[in-house]
Amino acid sequence: MKRMNGYLKAGLLLTGFMTLLIVAGYFWTPYDPSAMMAGPKLSGPTLHNLMGTDNFGRDIFSRVLKGAGTTFAIAAAVVAIGAVCGTIIGALTGYFGGVVDEVLMRLNDALTAFPSILLALVIISVLGPGNKYNVVLALGIVFIPSFARVTRTAFASLRDVNYVKSARLMGAGSGRILMVHILPNTIQVLLPAITIGFNNAVLAEASMSYLGIGVTPPDASLGYMLSEAQSMFTAAPWYAVCTGATIILLVFGVGLIGEGLQRRGREVD
Amino acid sequence: MKYAAKRIAMLLLTMVIVSFLAFAAFSLISGSAAEIMLGTQATPEKVAALEKEMGLDRPLLVRYGEWLLGFFTGDLGTSLSYKQPVWELIAPKVLVTLWLSILSFLLIAAVSIPLGVRSARRAGGRLDGVSTALNQFCMAVPPFFTGILLTWLFSTVLRWFTHGKFPNLGTDLPGAVKYLFFAAISIAIPRVAMTVRMLRSTVLGEMQKDYVRTAISRGNDRSGVLYRHVLKNALVPVVTFLAQTMAEIVAGSIVVEQVFAIPGLGRLLVASISNRDYPVVQAIVVILAFWVVLAGTVADLINQRIDPRLRLGGDA
Repeated sequence: MKRMNGYLKAGLLLTGFMTLLIVAGYFWTPYDPSAMMAGPKLSGPTLHNLMGTDNFGRDIFSRVLKGAGTTFAIAAAVVAIGAVCGTIIGALTGYFGGVVDEVLMRLNDALTAFPSILLALVIISVLGPGNKYNVVLALGIVFIPSFARVTRTAFASLRDVNYVKSARLMGAGSGRILMVHILPNTIQVLLPAITIGFNNAVLAEASMSYLGIGVTPPDASLGYMLSEAQSMFTAAPWYAVCTGATIILLVFGVGLIGEGLQRRGREVD
Repeated sequence: MKYAAKRIAMLLLTMVIVSFLAFAAFSLISGSAAEIMLGTQATPEKVAALEKEMGLDRPLLVRYGEWLLGFFTGDLGTSLSYKQPVWELIAPKVLVTLWLSILSFLLIAAVSIPLGVRSARRAGGRLDGVSTALNQFCMAVPPFFTGILLTWLFSTVLRWFTHGKFPNLGTDLPGAVKYLFFAAISIAIPRVAMTVRMLRSTVLGEMQKDYVRTAISRGNDRSGVLYRHVLKNALVPVVTFLAQTMAEIVAGSIVVEQVFAIPGLGRLLVASISNRDYPVVQAIVVILAFWVVLAGTVADLINQRIDPRLRLGGDA
């Protein structure tokens, strides 16, 4: 087992804590997130309402837990779509090369040049705004090219190394070489890419929901909550601050893990 | 010159592909354009008649050709929800978003380049870990959250600008720039962090090279070598990275315009998506995409001025 560095430890600790809260939030929240009068209206943080209440007296902590849960699930699904499809495309183009590789990579270049949120907005306006499944699909598609690029480079560089050659000489088929021999060795680049992708997905989903074209009520979402919180910032600053801080901590933790993984990868080289 | 010509040809090709993709994507759903215009009175016969009138029953490529021609002659069709020529609707907002992008860009470049070089010099120092963590933290701050905090501080508390009252660019340029400046800060923070990180690793990599050791062993002082030689050689990837930053700024402006109530392209885009006003969405998407692609081309052209190796087709 390789040594853990400080970033990795701190990141895992923070992310572990956030994940624990979020997972707990799927099963239990202190109050019903949409129940009004869970406390006095517009009350600041107290022992009863850890993050205070909003203008309807709804408990913000419960709402943040629910919202973070949605954001977390969407980001995980987006990264899953992006990583799986991207790895398949990257593996095939990187390993086999040829005309398909050329064409796909040119298309990839064109797509990665776009701001991801612009592309996601285009897809979502085609699919129809304000639906969480469309958000997942739109962002998932948008995240494929970056994963494809990363894995393509890794697969292309491992195509002709000695252990792959010897596997080929022993008669292993392309499928086996790709899955058993090369894929496990690309983890080094795939893991940091996944952490970066996850963070981008969290931020993109929050932005889109803030704009009102991502996740919309009745589904809870941190982005949508921030747009609500903005309009009552003077009356209830804790609403925006707690919601924003949740996004920051979630992304910060995963960012630290990514930084730690990259450093560890460099140390091994 | 040959390189520049080739690069510009590639730019035009990319723009054609990009605009075609946008056009085709929206054509998939253009059947509903007539339905949206008719609203509740939509019957299959009426929709078909209106589609014929709007020319939606003709082949995709023909319509694309016409649309592209219209794009350059200022005829982008009519907005479905505002019943107004799209170009008239967009024209005043292009300038606002352009100003916001330029301000953010200048801010990012001005802050991140000195910070990045500094951070590379201090690499391995006692505060290195702290600054790396701080860097990761800044990347985690969503621009719209910073925007909310800045609006509260500078508009509600300090009253340096009035939220929701964007000064007219033509008559009150300083006021408008001041207003946009706060929005530019929120866009810049995460991006500065990324640029610093990128610069740091580029400069560190460059400092490992032989010419640096030679220059220092010949008695040049370290910061002189850093600024005169290392930075110059580290510039090529930085210019490329800053061009990608343009894409991020465009993405940031879509969200931040909403936070600060800035009447720019991003805000119109969001409103048009909600209204399903496809001609407007399509035009804005293509304009923003062109802007990003153009930035990439300019960066490549600048790079081949900086580094002759790129011009001769070698690898840098």
